[in-house]
Amino acid sequence: MIGAVPFGIIFGTLSGGAGLSAAGTIGMSLFVFAGSAQFIAVGLLGSGTMWPIIVLTTFIVNFRHLLYTATLLEYLKRLPRLWQVVLTFGLTDETFAVAAGRWLQDNGSPYKHWYQLGSMIFMYTNWNLCTLVGLVAGRMLQEIGGWGLDFAMVAAFIGMVIPYLKDKPTYAAVFAAGISALIFHGMPHKLGLIMAAVIGMTAGVSAERLWERH
Amino acid sequence: MALVTFSIRYGLLPLSGRINISGRMRNALRYVPPVVLTAIIVPAVLYPNGQTFLHVSFNNAYLVGAIATVVIGKLSKNLLITIVCGMACFGLWQWILKMM
Repeated sequence: MIGAVPFGIIFGTLSGGAGLSAAGTIGMSLFVFAGSAQFIAVGLLGSGTMWPIIVLTTFIVNFRHLLYTATLLEYLKRLPRLWQVVLTFGLTDETFAVAAGRWLQDNGSPYKHWYQLGSMIFMYTNWNLCTLVGLVAGRMLQEIGGWGLDFAMVAAFIGMVIPYLKDKPTYAAVFAAGISALIFHGMPHKLGLIMAAVIGMTAGVSAERLWERH
Repeated sequence: MALVTFSIRYGLLPLSGRINISGRMRNALRYVPPVVLTAIIVPAVLYPNGQTFLHVSFNNAYLVGAIATVVIGKLSKNLLITIVCGMACFGLWQWILKMM
């Protein structure tokens, strides 16, 4: 939750530089509500990528959320339809982490969905407020002169990758993705990004098996 | 984007239990966020400002800034510090290049 504060602010700050309007920025936080996908979309927008590729990338980046629904399926399927819609809309990484812990607690409390709703509303409000703060800050920075703001995205992304680098397979995956991204850089419509992502994932999984065997 | 994100999160409910995600797939998906971010960073740093040639030299402030940011990130383990110090290094290097 606290962890999302800088992300929200940075997202708001960067989106202005990428040429996304204020309404677009807030709209994205209101309707998409998916941190990493929003960041990546803004990065792609900034480099003039066409929308179908952005949507495709969103699909790949958010595909992991399918696992969250799968994990909570047992519990969610007993709830009324409206609850299902609302709760799954807000099923972000953070909400999942909190809610899964609560659902899996072994007691018969019938109010666990309220707990998830509460944590979700909290996250949602937090995320949108921070986007707004970042948006205002970004406008002010640009007036000062936009120094290094084009590098801010790179710095932010590096800062976001580093916590993942904990084991050898992840290093392998990231390394493979970086190299392939360079090789396929010339491909039209940023398709190279998709290629690099698939190659990176494959490298990670293969490396994992390779090291397990030894 | 909103539609795609929501359908992924909600989509499984109506199909309740008919899809089974294998442990393998689950495992592979862990790599998605770092991999996609890296695939965006690397070309942005080595082909700065839409250049068409690979720019590997100390004259490339993006490259120098990115390397500095990685080091800072590894040491500080704090996102905000990483971004601010990374940007400062980039700005400083750009300034040095301009002076030379």
